[in-house]
Amino acid sequence: MRRAWIIAAVFVVIAGSNDSALRAQHETAFDVEEGGRAFRNTCANCHGPDGNEIAGIDLGRGQFRRPMMDADLVRIIRTGIPGTPMPATNMTEEQASRIVAYLRSVAESKRTLSVGGDPLRGKAIYDGKGNCASCHRVSGVGSRLGPDLSKIGQLRRAVDLETSLIDPSAEVLPTNRFYRVVTKSGTTITGRLLNHDTFTVQIMDAKEELRTFRKDDLKEHGFVPTPMPSYENKLTQQELADVVTYLVSLKGRTTS
Amino acid sequence: MRTTPGGSKRTRPTLIAVGVLAIGVSLAAQGGVTFDRIMHADKEPQNWLSYSGTPLNQRHSGLAQITPANVKNLQLQWIWQARSLEKFETTALAVNGVLYTVQAPNDVVALDAETGRPYWTFAYSPAADARTCCGRVNRGLAILGDTLYMGTIDAHLLAIDAKSGELLWKTMVAKSSERYSITMSPLIVKDKVIVGTAGGDGPIRGQIAAFDAKTGKELWRFFTIPGPGEPGNETWSGNSWMTGGAGVWNAGAYDPETNLTFFGTGNPAPDWDGRGRLGDNLYSDSVVAIDADTGKLKWHYQFTPHDELDYDSTQVPVLADIQFRGRPRKAMLWANRNGLMYVLDRTTGEFLLGRPYVKVNWMDGFDAKGRPQRVEGKVPTKEGTLIQPHVHGATNWAPPSFSPRTGWFYVAHWENSATVVTEGLSPRPAGVNPRQTTMGQVNLQTFFNNEDEAYGVVRAYDPQTLERKWEYRMSDITWGGVLTTASDLVFSGGKEGYFFALDAKNGSLLWKAALGGQVNSGPMSYSVNGKQYITVAAGSSLFAFALPGDAR
Repeated sequence: MRRAWIIAAVFVVIAGSNDSALRAQHETAFDVEEGGRAFRNTCANCHGPDGNEIAGIDLGRGQFRRPMMDADLVRIIRTGIPGTPMPATNMTEEQASRIVAYLRSVAESKRTLSVGGDPLRGKAIYDGKGNCASCHRVSGVGSRLGPDLSKIGQLRRAVDLETSLIDPSAEVLPTNRFYRVVTKSGTTITGRLLNHDTFTVQIMDAKEELRTFRKDDLKEHGFVPTPMPSYENKLTQQELADVVTYLVSLKGRTTS
Repeated sequence: MRTTPGGSKRTRPTLIAVGVLAIGVSLAAQGGVTFDRIMHADKEPQNWLSYSGTPLNQRHSGLAQITPANVKNLQLQWIWQARSLEKFETTALAVNGVLYTVQAPNDVVALDAETGRPYWTFAYSPAADARTCCGRVNRGLAILGDTLYMGTIDAHLLAIDAKSGELLWKTMVAKSSERYSITMSPLIVKDKVIVGTAGGDGPIRGQIAAFDAKTGKELWRFFTIPGPGEPGNETWSGNSWMTGGAGVWNAGAYDPETNLTFFGTGNPAPDWDGRGRLGDNLYSDSVVAIDADTGKLKWHYQFTPHDELDYDSTQVPVLADIQFRGRPRKAMLWANRNGLMYVLDRTTGEFLLGRPYVKVNWMDGFDAKGRPQRVEGKVPTKEGTLIQPHVHGATNWAPPSFSPRTGWFYVAHWENSATVVTEGLSPRPAGVNPRQTTMGQVNLQTFFNNEDEAYGVVRAYDPQTLERKWEYRMSDITWGGVLTTASDLVFSGGKEGYFFALDAKNGSLLWKAALGGQVNSGPMSYSVNGKQYITVAAGSSLFAFALPGDAR
């Protein structure tokens, strides 16, 4: 690894680096995706989903406490930094390289507009005017129909959460898709798709019951758009920032 | 789908979405499976709410659609294959058309009970230091409200949302690095979840602990080996009490009238060499009656004092109200690994009756209090000693059944004997049938044994006398449990991979299916939309049978 794309000690914007063609030969979307997963599982606990929760370090923008080459980052991910809280991992070089690839992709993506939010105000909007608990669940409170948000701050970056609030259908994980069935007797049931096959459909319905339907018994069945409304015109920019800040603060409950 | 209690209280908040989708917060979650429903699960036979049906552990289904007359028409409805090559020892729970089972070691799976299609899987990776003596297995879950509870082979207790499969909390019960594990289904009593720790073939000290079902907070802990100053500690020489085993690894029972929980305890450790732990070794190989609220011992009965033959008493306690010698008794029925069958008074622990139900040569009678009288020399020696039953016993952990209709106790077990030889610190069984001593496997094995030396049976016993009413005999031994139904059917299976139905009144074979893997679990029954199903795990898969429409 000889790509010297990080030069400055304090703050370097890496987007548009001139060796992107070289990188593209080596790193696929899969690498970036896998790197993101590994980052969220391993690094985000301390560094945060945006990689900027440790003072003086903004991983997604190439800001480190000392100059770093790719190879340095890979080594540090694998061996840690002695005398600091940064632990060693047992990752292979390939796995660590994927995390670096992910960080680079983060640097190239847009950043959240939701700065200056207040998590307490955000929670009030979540519980009140946003009515978020009618579909979402946090630490055992709220509906199970939509994605559980108990540790969403560990899984998603602020910019992703902002996008979901403004344009909810922009990106929906396969596990969160909605499905509608209409029985031959005319009953319509909509819920989150849990599983389906040639003959049957499994959904969690609006009453949170786990239900299976035989396609033979249905008049219609298929995917429907997410029921999540856009909050673009329902909340002010400040309110959006408050909600995003609240969601980012949700890191899951401590267990055991 | 059945509406759960509390469903009528559902509220529907203002909808925020403009559209056809009605999405409401459901308060049904607050109802779910109440403890009252668990205690009276016989009133809703479409469901199977705890390991052996109810906390009485009778493993008797109130369903009667499948009968001795039509059982020959049973058809396979679906198979669910676990992604695991471990033994499948779990009995599934059935709740309103959803089955909950465990993919060994500790993944929880929610299946549609009619099709076997998965709704969700909760994947769990036990700690790398988790050790089990006899397979990375799990025997089942417990449910309370909308929460499932599972003990793990790294000795944690987990609470999992039954609707979504999300982990709610995780509590360490004991340290897996010290060889503790959990393989049993937890016992729910009121608002508590109670589990015991396995590992008693190694140097552990067995424990039973109760946790708050909502928070996972520990409420009490009972050590199956008393500490210094506690009654019973004097039954262990030296410091042997500290590592004396007496693990707890099978389902407990609960009697609401006395608020007592009952658990069987395992062998003392080391298993086959008692020289370093002289004394009776209380409360190993015992049943302990523990107050559900305080964790205090109310009574105990020790089946095998100072055991050197690995006679775990971790069978499932079966509670039944029976007529005994002319008067009603609150009884506990117990077919023990040591070859003896017992009737105890579960209120006081009084020994009412005991007798061998297979060939037994290590004891030759009981004293007035029910203590077995040992036969001199029937302990492992360097030269080898012929022991009956051999170290795997007459039965092991597989759950038996009591039918309140026939009043009989149904047990799957086996006849055998073996020469037990000590070789330094590694005693082992030897002699005519070493193959017979293997633990239940996933796959079928070729079979060359002399059937007269060792064979499996399902037998019916009359608790009043413990006399055998009938026997159904198998060539190989069995690790299958037994289910009885309200139509007087008996379902069981064995190591040969057959799953079969017998007539509960006379033991005649009415139906069988070859499942291609050993039956190492207890069958159970449930119904959905008016159709009765029978399930059993064999090999590494779960099988569901029912009658075709025209045969019902």
